Amino acid sequence: MLHRKPGLLDGPPFAAGAESLAAHHGRLGLLPARRDRLELVATVEASGLQGRGGAGFPVGRKWRTVAERARGHAVVLANGAEGEPLSAKDRTLMAARPHLVLDGALLAADAVGADRIVLYVGEEHHTAAAALDRALGERRREFGRRAHLVQAPVGYVSGEETAAVHYVNEADARPTTTPPRPFQAGVGGRATLVQNVESLALTALIARFGDDWYRAAGRGSTAGSALVTVSGPVPYPGVREIELGTTVGEVAAAAGHLREPLEAVLVGGYFGAWAPIEEAWHAALDPAAMRAAGLAFGCGVVGFLPREVCGVTATARILRYMAAASSGQCGPCVFGLAAVAEATTRLATGAAFRDDLDRLNRWCGQLAGRGACRHPDGAGGLLQSALSVFGAEFAAHQWQRRCKHGNLLRKAA
Amino acid sequence: MVPDVISVDRIRCDGHGLCAELLPELIDLDDWGYPLLGGGHVPYHLRDHAKRAVAACPVQALRLQAGVKTAGPGRKA
Repeated sequence: MLHRKPGLLDGPPFAAGAESLAAHHGRLGLLPARRDRLELVATVEASGLQGRGGAGFPVGRKWRTVAERARGHAVVLANGAEGEPLSAKDRTLMAARPHLVLDGALLAADAVGADRIVLYVGEEHHTAAAALDRALGERRREFGRRAHLVQAPVGYVSGEETAAVHYVNEADARPTTTPPRPFQAGVGGRATLVQNVESLALTALIARFGDDWYRAAGRGSTAGSALVTVSGPVPYPGVREIELGTTVGEVAAAAGHLREPLEAVLVGGYFGAWAPIEEAWHAALDPAAMRAAGLAFGCGVVGFLPREVCGVTATARILRYMAAASSGQCGPCVFGLAAVAEATTRLATGAAFRDDLDRLNRWCGQLAGRGACRHPDGAGGLLQSALSVFGAEFAAHQWQRRCKHGNLLRKAA
Repeated sequence: MVPDVISVDRIRCDGHGLCAELLPELIDLDDWGYPLLGGGHVPYHLRDHAKRAVAACPVQALRLQAGVKTAGPGRKA
């Protein structure tokens, strides 16, 4: 899947637990001596690395924005709060290769001129937090007092960048209104670089092996590699590293033979979109190509939906989760997500009101840009894709109260 | 000339709906009474109406900004 060496997940098997500092240095060598800090920013920019938290913002540009702030020290917030239910790559990386994440955080802090590093880790990621804590203990002299671990409360929205800053500042993991964005005023009011832990770990390899090394991978329009989390009816689900541009079919093959025929694939996670399996099979997991096709690479989720599971039911489940995960601050998110989740659930269970499908079509276009954060945008995009990919199914649930999967549909109340 | 932009602080907004009363040309309400803004660009001839809507919002959730393009890193990147 990824031929360029070393990969992010190379080294001892995950089952062996976190890699020690000695093993890490033995395998990859020390971090190169600190150069001019903007030189590293330029290298990261040249690599073309895009953020791996979901939004895909260019990492180098973000570093430069923070590095070129007017005054004061900055803060680096390493974001390891992986709220996406179908993603496991961040916690896996932190648990198995904590020193790569710490390397990246240190490099970022040097590059942007930060005197404080916050390792923000989901409180449910016990193994990851323990691994980072131990790894930090191994490097006390290097990090001194500038790094500390903050456990993020469980929740889909806790990892949103303004929510992360808000939690560190005020112990409230709800997003805040922007501007200011964290790079303008974040932790303690200072310019803050919020960067996903996979992105940071990749910069640790880019600093060692160069931007050419990173760009050596990638088959399509986007150079590089990424971690993905595969789920669904495959023998070997879980986290793997791919070259960008790898097709969905190849990812399925790498996860072992499919155990049953597929209907669709969810790419990008609950924040992403459904794609019909025939179309997706040969589609490249390449952020630029996916964007052009109306999809998003997001945080690298590839979730296969078996043919015998109803797409309407699967979508209803996701929307109920998204509605419950709202931080409850913005009306359109509170009421809008609850409404689309309820209507989709009614359709899925054969209890649809006569205008549920019409309303879903109307509502799904009214969610984007309606919240302080992009949580409602994510739910709206997912619903939009479901209405198009499972269009016939939605119509059958609405008008015939029938599900081709033979789910028992009850009569209208 | 870059038009002014009207925007709403989604956390503050409680859906009182006065903005849609005062500026129906630009603001519509959704099924729950929260404003739908479209692009938010305010044509010159509506500027005074926009200012009035901003002033009338009971929770001061509306804002009128001279047309600036916001750019910068987004969610979680």
